[in-house]
Amino acid sequence: MKKTDSPAACIDRKDIDALFAALKAEGYALVGPTVQNGVIVYDDISTAGDLPIGWRDEQEAGTYRLKKRGDAALFGYNVGPQAWKKFLFPPREKLWTADKTRHAIAFHPETPDAPGYAFIGVRACDIHAIRVQDKVFMSKNHANPRYKARREKAFILAVNCGQAAKTCFCMSMNTGPKAEDGFDLALTEIIGDSHYFVVETGTEQGKALLDKIPHRAANEDDLKSAAACTDNAKNEMGRKLDTTGLKDILSRNYENPRWEIVAERCLTCANCTMVCPTCFCSTVEDTTDLAGNHAERWQTWDSCFTMDFTHLHGGGSVRHSEKARYRQWMTHKLSTWFDQFDTSGCVGCGRCIAWCPVGIDITEEAAALRTSDGEKND
Amino acid sequence: MTEPALNDPMLPMPFVVVENIKNNPDCTLLAVRPVDSSHLCLYKPGQFFMLYAFGYGEVPISINSDPSLKHSLTFTIRDVGGVTAALCALEPGDPLGVRGPFGNGWPMEDLAGRDVIVMAGGLGCVPLRPVVYHLLQNRKDYGRVSLLYGSRKPEAFLFNKELQIWKRHIDVRLIVDDPAPNWDGPFGHTTDLVKNLEIDKDNTSVMICGPEIMINLSADKMLELGIPPQHVHISMERNMKCAIGQCGRCQFGPDFICKDGPVFAYDKVVERLLDIKEV
Repeated sequence: MKKTDSPAACIDRKDIDALFAALKAEGYALVGPTVQNGVIVYDDISTAGDLPIGWRDEQEAGTYRLKKRGDAALFGYNVGPQAWKKFLFPPREKLWTADKTRHAIAFHPETPDAPGYAFIGVRACDIHAIRVQDKVFMSKNHANPRYKARREKAFILAVNCGQAAKTCFCMSMNTGPKAEDGFDLALTEIIGDSHYFVVETGTEQGKALLDKIPHRAANEDDLKSAAACTDNAKNEMGRKLDTTGLKDILSRNYENPRWEIVAERCLTCANCTMVCPTCFCSTVEDTTDLAGNHAERWQTWDSCFTMDFTHLHGGGSVRHSEKARYRQWMTHKLSTWFDQFDTSGCVGCGRCIAWCPVGIDITEEAAALRTSDGEKND
Repeated sequence: MTEPALNDPMLPMPFVVVENIKNNPDCTLLAVRPVDSSHLCLYKPGQFFMLYAFGYGEVPISINSDPSLKHSLTFTIRDVGGVTAALCALEPGDPLGVRGPFGNGWPMEDLAGRDVIVMAGGLGCVPLRPVVYHLLQNRKDYGRVSLLYGSRKPEAFLFNKELQIWKRHIDVRLIVDDPAPNWDGPFGHTTDLVKNLEIDKDNTSVMICGPEIMINLSADKMLELGIPPQHVHISMERNMKCAIGQCGRCQFGPDFICKDGPVFAYDKVVERLLDIKEV
């Protein structure tokens, strides 16, 4: 996305519905945060009233709770268990269908017919996560046509975090808390004497949309208030990950005894990979109808924590121990991802920390490996 | 949108079986051709394809053809599970799906003028058969060529007729794991076949494929004989579903076996293969 040099503007809280209506008028399907089953999940939304108004989250290792804020903020919480990958790279998707006659199979590709999504409330860390998955699914030689179609149509309405969770470490990963680019419009929510949003424009589409709704130019005080929000998120940032030399530390510590310590706690449940906004591993399922003449192939999310993931005929699983599976996941995120995609596989969103049932913390594990760098079992 | 997704790398092309030959008790040679002849693509020895048996699923299978034969592709498939059993059961005229080729293939271009040792263990002979054909067809471009081929049992050798023909042009040495009444050759491991093999260690390239333990033992033997690890090439196998670096399953440290391999120079992978378990 190209950055524009449009000056910042302000939208009043009451005009957020006008913004959503303008997106709908453009044909976008709006998806954004909602409260369901005690957590914030991304789902269809229509008006600002569908957002988690007045909610905040308390997150810690293995903990996630929604609490009331005491105000009417629309975006006063951090990331929940879901990431935008559920729309761009759905958990279960039909790849193709096939029909068989005696001497022929006709393969029918599944066309990318998804709507143009408008993602409402994308955090800076998640913009980075989407870009990480772009590198996987939109490679020059083998682009996933369904992902690509959805991604190219998507409108990104970013929200700059005004608060951070105890599990957040985007500052360490240089991915937040403020969205620098990769959005069409970015909002910073200001709650004071009045409730409004400072808006930055990232693309021409964003600018065109802004021009359709009531707004005013931002003044110096507005920009100061927005900066104060970002500063607050920085001050609240709950965790740190020292990335200095980390890629190399991981690549030389495959045999560090720390992996055995973490494996004693790891349940290999795969929660971390499901909530991770960059994890992209998948499997396929083949099905037929009862007559056996119609077949389908479905792709579903999979995880490097499952035994089946590395199964080889005759040899069992390559990574059969818990230790090897946790090591693969973390080493991939923080080290081999750079070799493969020239970027970190971790964006510092903290989801894997909050949603690990035993509270394994990637920042703690990375720090422990740094401290014990070079230790090796005999 | 009603237009079909163009260039969907996950969509198989329709092929039909031309020939099905039982190679040995559990292996089948399948020759296939595309329904639309424009779908027959060029490939390199050491690359692989994804073969789809209708309704059963898809598996990665190494290309096994003589690269000079352009009208069809051949694969040798061992019946080890649902999909491979369904593929082995296909008869001439039966349809199947094919995607590929994938992977890097053997570094044939780096072998000109060099002596070549081809080491195969069991089914590992399959991806090396196109190599042997290439070497035979361009015999004058290469120095001494040896095929060292080990099998569990005498009846499990693949390509028996061809082995007899190859013997006339290159040094072919066969070995079986254990003594057998119908075997008058040597028994032991593939590595035992290097005895009396004259090796110019500065001008020899090695290509190895077989079970991982056989690859390790064979590669180490070559290093012991003084061949530099960058001239020892191995072909690896991992679980894979996509073959295009997107399903994540075949990762081997920083490499995806499907697109960075399956062929690797030994110096690039030796540490991950030998010293560290379960990478």
